[in-house]
Amino acid sequence: MRISFKINGKKVSVDVAPEARLLDIIRDELGLTGTKEGCSKGECGACSVIVDGELVNSCLFPASQAEGRVITTIEGLSLGDKIHPIQKAFIDEGAVQCGFCTPGMVLAAKVLLDKKRNPSEEDIKKALSGNLCRCTGYTKIKNAVKKAAKKR
Amino acid sequence: MKKSNLNSVGKSEIRKDAFSKVTGRSLFINDVKFPAMLYAATVRAPKPHIKILSIDDSAAKKLNGVQGIYYAKDVPGDNRVPLVFQDYPFLAEGTAKFQGQAVGLVAAEDPETAKLAAAMVKIKYRELPAVFDPLEAMKKNSPKIYGKDNIFKKFTVKKGDVKKAGADIEIEDVFSVNYQVHAYLETQGAIAVPRDDGGMDVYGSMQCPFYVQDAVAKVLGQTYNKVTIIQQTTGGAFGGKEDVPSIVCGHAAMLARLTGRPVKLIYGREEDFRSMSKRHPGWARIKYGAKKNGKIVSCKVKYVLDGGAFATLSPIVLWRGTVHASGPYEIDNVLIETYAAATNKVPCGAYRGFGQPQIAFANESLLDMLAEKLNMNPARLREINAIKKGGTTATNQKITESIGLRKTLALAKKSAGWSRKWKKPSSKKGVKKYGIGMASSIYGVGLGAGGQHLAKSGSFVQIEPDGSVLIAVGNTEMGQGARTVLSQIAAETLGAPYELVDMMPTDTSRVPDSGPTVASRTTVMSGTSIMKACKAIRGRIDKVVRQELNEKGKVLSKNGFYKAGNKKAAYADIIARCWAQRVHLSQAGWFRVEGTTFGEKDGQGNPYFVYTWSTMIAEVEVDTETGLVEVLNFISAHDIGKAVNPQQVEGQIQGGGLQGIGYALSENLVVDGGCMRNPDFAGYIIPTAMDSPDIVPIIVEEKYPKGPYGAKGLGEPPLICAAPAIANAVYNATGKRLNDLPLIPERVKCA
Repeated sequence: MRISFKINGKKVSVDVAPEARLLDIIRDELGLTGTKEGCSKGECGACSVIVDGELVNSCLFPASQAEGRVITTIEGLSLGDKIHPIQKAFIDEGAVQCGFCTPGMVLAAKVLLDKKRNPSEEDIKKALSGNLCRCTGYTKIKNAVKKAAKKR
Repeated sequence: MKKSNLNSVGKSEIRKDAFSKVTGRSLFINDVKFPAMLYAATVRAPKPHIKILSIDDSAAKKLNGVQGIYYAKDVPGDNRVPLVFQDYPFLAEGTAKFQGQAVGLVAAEDPETAKLAAAMVKIKYRELPAVFDPLEAMKKNSPKIYGKDNIFKKFTVKKGDVKKAGADIEIEDVFSVNYQVHAYLETQGAIAVPRDDGGMDVYGSMQCPFYVQDAVAKVLGQTYNKVTIIQQTTGGAFGGKEDVPSIVCGHAAMLARLTGRPVKLIYGREEDFRSMSKRHPGWARIKYGAKKNGKIVSCKVKYVLDGGAFATLSPIVLWRGTVHASGPYEIDNVLIETYAAATNKVPCGAYRGFGQPQIAFANESLLDMLAEKLNMNPARLREINAIKKGGTTATNQKITESIGLRKTLALAKKSAGWSRKWKKPSSKKGVKKYGIGMASSIYGVGLGAGGQHLAKSGSFVQIEPDGSVLIAVGNTEMGQGARTVLSQIAAETLGAPYELVDMMPTDTSRVPDSGPTVASRTTVMSGTSIMKACKAIRGRIDKVVRQELNEKGKVLSKNGFYKAGNKKAAYADIIARCWAQRVHLSQAGWFRVEGTTFGEKDGQGNPYFVYTWSTMIAEVEVDTETGLVEVLNFISAHDIGKAVNPQQVEGQIQGGGLQGIGYALSENLVVDGGCMRNPDFAGYIIPTAMDSPDIVPIIVEEKYPKGPYGAKGLGEPPLICAAPAIANAVYNATGKRLNDLPLIPERVKCA
């Protein structure tokens, strides 16, 4: 079937198989490889994208349900050298190591900060809890989110 | 604080790879495609120990899009994975020894078809007697799966005489630890691309490109000069991408050769759990003898690792565990006997700490038990016995430099408020109980005598006409920060601005075999190799500087300028001048380690060239009704010689610390009768942001004069003694000692 949706500010129209996942469309059809596949079961959060303002695991999200939605992937947060303040905070705070969880983490932080201007420590922990990171111990990621919140 | 003369080393420079990673532009192996690329899937053994009678793949071969299905008989070269021993076949021959062992490979036009075809291959088999417990495996009448005794390797360390130690008090106990899964977020993967000269290029997620080059050359029967391995941006490794990418890349390369097309092989999460290496489960019996004043006079250890079905890295993992089995203490009489045994389970291998976390849990737990028996504060017992300058290790190695163990103890204690907070366990009341515990460790940096043949490192440094610098090494960036730290070392030595220096993706055709990226060795090994190359180039630059400034004497560099006498010249101008004069601004570096020793009979000698020293303190709250342990505060202090990039050092301490906390409390892989029961993140619980305390890093810098700018190694120590620190804190809270990891709620509650 053919579906249309808005991704990173652009309208797109793609043919999708009934069993296709949003992740497959994003990575394979649209070539947006910043969205990662870590577990295929909605357990790790590496495939997180924003759909209508909410963080979703694109590996669990049927592509057919993307019709008419507004989607943001990690590619939508930067343009050339211009990056989002959350991304800047991740860089400055040393919140990046292997980088595989990073796109999902940044988007999780964005959804939080879009909803809450001054999140508490608990808010931050909760917002990041669906995104696994094996490298950093989360401390510097939490610091980056706090820093980005202050700059808003 | 003394003002540093350094320009880049010692500063928290921004990571070289941070921008591409936060923008999602970094290309991991699954993000890469080649024209006409095929996709691979693996046919795996259905039971832990089988004789393969026949294979029926007729239905699978008929699937639309299947290009071919291949087995051991189709391997173009040698079917043995080149590791310590040569017992592990790329594809099973006749028998398979663990559930999930690779039997066949499918190449198809798309990944779904490849997976479907692999699932449709029918292996007809007869089950063979199997053994799953390493202690059982070592018994006389057990089924034999390796040699005559199922023992891959054994070691003995004998110092003094434990029988004549003259102890006033003795204490002995038995400890065990379970598996730990690396749980890197990016699963294993590779793409092999046939070359027009008959060679093979292999791109992949890996730690050790030269191991992979060896493996691909062997499996293809090809000379090394026609096999190039290029490391792709790698999404975490922690030891899990040390030896196993040899298999993954070997499989992809074999299929690429047999089909003549590029082949991509990416593991799913469950497949990765089932077939890739793990931290070894371990068992230990330890006995300490001490004088009444707390001086430990003897340590007797029997330590057994569960190696799994093939030797892979078990011999060398066991060796590291052996050498460190009596902890960071000076003990005159030591007897350590260790074994790695074969079982019909997934082969275990390298994981951050490499045989040390298992035994550290045992000896640091028993040390606290000894302190209690002596009626002594456990911190005091550690202070009394800590190896001091001029003291000796279990292997009788005299430690003469860079020994900051007592400093880590003092600073960790101060940060935690240990003297105020530590109380005997008997004084605790209530459902939720507070406890505090500590543990210390010694860590031999690099491969040591057990891997001296690999203790080398090549590098290449080139200054371009515009002043930008490219460096190449044989070690890899896998998230730990090597690209950044090595760029800092090059910038510092050359006098170049950090922003102008960057490391190339690691590629086996750029530098000679530099050994593996393991053992916390990259900063020292590649760092020293780069420094040697940079110093040679710098000598040529300095000549031009003196000429240009018309000065004699030493040339210094500061903030993008070279200085001689009281004159200075800009870096960019000098480099332009060098190029105008056709000065040779590139250099290959080479560094090798000599002189590490280990006596085969008694394990005496100097196994490592330098040690990193660590102390951790955990504060916990134990809910005695649910058995849940919450880590309230975690302090992790390490003497690493010199922090080249303090921010990245903190990241290593925090990340390693949390892996240690997971190992202690929640990570519990269940393998029952050789069958893995929880091969996913829903069943195998790694810490999330919700479960994680802020880990407090403490950096101690007792300079190692032979290291680059005084640096030693750091990657592994932050994990090693985390579990015993927590176990000791749990005991301090509850008064109940738990001798088996992990401390899952069931165990804590029932204790």
